[in-house]
Amino acid sequence: MTTIPADTAGAHDAHHDLPYLARKGGWATTVWDWMTTIDHKKIGVMYLFAILIAFFVGGVAALTVRLELWSPVQTVQNAAGESVVTGREIFSSNTGYNKAFTLHGAVMVFLFIIPSIPAALGNFVLPLMLGAKDVAFPRLNLFSWYVYVVGSLFAVAAILLGGVDTGWTFYTPYSVIAEDYHRVIAMTLAVFILGFSSIFTGMNFIVTVHKLRAPGMGWFDMPLFVWGIYATSIIQVLATPVLGITVLLLTIENVFKIGIFNPAYGGDPVLYQHFFWFYSHPAVYIMILPGMAIMSELIAVHARKRIFGYKFVAFSSLGIAAISFIVWGHHMFTAQGELASAIFSGLTFLVAIPSAIKVFNWTATLYKGSIAMTTPMAYALIFMFLFSIGGLTGLFLGSLSTDMHLHDTYFVVAHFHYVMMGGTVMALLGGIHHWWPKMFGKMYNERWALVGAALVFVGFNTTFFTQFILGTKGMPRRYATYVPEFQSLHQLSTIGSMILAVGFLVHLMVFVMSLAGGRKAPPNPWGGLSMEWETASPPIEHNFHHEPVVRHHPYDFDDTVPPQTDPAEFPLPEPAPAGRGH
Amino acid sequence: MTTIPTTGPGAGVQASAEPWERYTHQPHWRNREDEFEGAKLGMWLFLSTELLLFSGFFCAYFVLRHFYPDAFRGASTHFLDWRIGAINTAILLISSWNVAVAVRAAQLGQKMILAGNIFFASLCGVAFLVLKLALEYFPKIQKGEVPGAFFSYAGGHGYDPSPYDPIFLSVYWVSTATHGFHVLVGVLLLWWVGWRALKGHFGPKHYTAVENVGLYWHLVDLIWIFLFPLLYLVP
Repeated sequence: MTTIPADTAGAHDAHHDLPYLARKGGWATTVWDWMTTIDHKKIGVMYLFAILIAFFVGGVAALTVRLELWSPVQTVQNAAGESVVTGREIFSSNTGYNKAFTLHGAVMVFLFIIPSIPAALGNFVLPLMLGAKDVAFPRLNLFSWYVYVVGSLFAVAAILLGGVDTGWTFYTPYSVIAEDYHRVIAMTLAVFILGFSSIFTGMNFIVTVHKLRAPGMGWFDMPLFVWGIYATSIIQVLATPVLGITVLLLTIENVFKIGIFNPAYGGDPVLYQHFFWFYSHPAVYIMILPGMAIMSELIAVHARKRIFGYKFVAFSSLGIAAISFIVWGHHMFTAQGELASAIFSGLTFLVAIPSAIKVFNWTATLYKGSIAMTTPMAYALIFMFLFSIGGLTGLFLGSLSTDMHLHDTYFVVAHFHYVMMGGTVMALLGGIHHWWPKMFGKMYNERWALVGAALVFVGFNTTFFTQFILGTKGMPRRYATYVPEFQSLHQLSTIGSMILAVGFLVHLMVFVMSLAGGRKAPPNPWGGLSMEWETASPPIEHNFHHEPVVRHHPYDFDDTVPPQTDPAEFPLPEPAPAGRGH
Repeated sequence: MTTIPTTGPGAGVQASAEPWERYTHQPHWRNREDEFEGAKLGMWLFLSTELLLFSGFFCAYFVLRHFYPDAFRGASTHFLDWRIGAINTAILLISSWNVAVAVRAAQLGQKMILAGNIFFASLCGVAFLVLKLALEYFPKIQKGEVPGAFFSYAGGHGYDPSPYDPIFLSVYWVSTATHGFHVLVGVLLLWWVGWRALKGHFGPKHYTAVENVGLYWHLVDLIWIFLFPLLYLVP
């Protein structure tokens, strides 16, 4: 471990004034520099690439699932009177299909969406927003990236060895008696290891927020992105260990054939479900809270409007984090007693309150704002539309009587895709576009990015709204086939997934074009007021030339000229005429 | 690993000073106090994750004991000797006291008292592991007192078999083995701290590692204090 020379205020060497992306030598030196960096910005970029690769893998698996569902698997009589099987599009057996959706679910949840916003954008932006030089524990930060990579390798090994067909939830007893149990071991170990990466990131952010805020920055001077990531980190630290012990027990169960969950030895498979959802329900908020955190930034900055109800938005993040720990039972309405189900149903409705507070406050922020139709704003609006649908359909599933009809159908699939993908992924895309100029110092092509956003929006709704209809008609989830009456809706959904894929490819093209030959980004392209816009694009290695001082609230758009901008570009609003105030 | 810089504000201190006197905080911290408080907060967060990890064992214990109260009672008295557990509890309690004294010694700059207590605590940890392995784990494996599918215990004097004995042993093995692994990690950490203490890395102005490893050791001790009665003293 190298010794870092202490840097005193005002005395720093020129080396640290270079952009963090500046190359320090030849090809090998540059690679070594990145692999051993403890700079939160580089680690954030490394995470961004890692999660985008995972997103690609999980996305390909999703497309194969959709293609398999193009037509139902049927046994029909041909002209000669023989029985032939039709409708096998991709997989030769149902097990192949089961493996594909397990791969999709496990990769998207554990490799992509949980680390996505906190570890990639959070790592890059959070210390900058606080005016800090780095996260609290930079070496732990780099270590968490390597832990993530090792965990991912275990998951890849499980896939390459033949895949796992348990579903991403690894429910017992199937997961402890499955004939491919050794691959289940690899997969659950992967989840165990990835959990550590998540815990380390969460710990790092909590301590950073507590101890490394710039002088003069109180808790209510922090950007709302920080509040959202802080709430997420609390869940990461307090929920992930329970998943850790769950999958560890599952692994031990498979290796040593002990009987804590396995009913063959007197164990309790429902205990597994409790353990699993005690983590995995809060994990849903590990996924959505960072999306909400990004939303507050996108809405306020691109509407140039002080956020409406700052404290409500901030505390609703903590409220969601708190409630997230007491609603896990709503995943088990059919596996527990009636009283327990009724209690969990009631508690589940509580989550709607802080979520709705956020949506209403964002809407109120837009009111009379000067809305710029940039790609980040487009994604913010898409998020509000899709998340509202996802959230409200959650209430259908949270109430016991409707859930008895809808559970384990495509309605559930559509619901959580509207929240996870329509919420988190849209916010992630908006956030990537929002901070892209800061991260890489290049602007992207706004027109093509908007085309991509439009394709994603249309493709998403075509894919998943049809699944709401399929679900209410009774199409169960996780089946490789279906009754022929559902074929047209399934085909519509598959066409939607193709449009979605094209939309993502357009975005990929926009990013590559931007890196290759994009216009140089100004330090503050959107006229933002939080501290990351006070440094250069891309930031210098130590983030700021001098320790920044808080001079204004991050959303004080009415009377603060944004730093490092042309006053003509972002004029202050006209003061309200005298005598007409309220 | 060394964190003592040769340049920066700490370099002004005379070269003959102990390493802890020359220590300055890492550059992204504003001062030494913030760095110490931050590291401690991080450690407490880590300990909370440890506690939640073990809560899985406790939860499984309570659920399964609720299902099979008789099997748990019979298996606990037959398979486990409370005297070994009690001796190990005493050993860990003593070592916790040593660690607490060591932290105080670091604050007072008493280098040898610090190192001595740390090494004594690590010896306690080793004793705990030796007792566990020699008197419990190895004999149990030989006699087939193992959980799940490998359970092959042939029965013995006064043994009242229950089909759910392997369940009790499942909980016993996974929880004590995970705890034992934590003791092992703790011993290694104590050696690291003791070695650094001898080199003069810790003193009144800088003893972060002593404090944090101490906190960890207390938690490992605390978890055993709960595991011991739950496993060994089932009435």
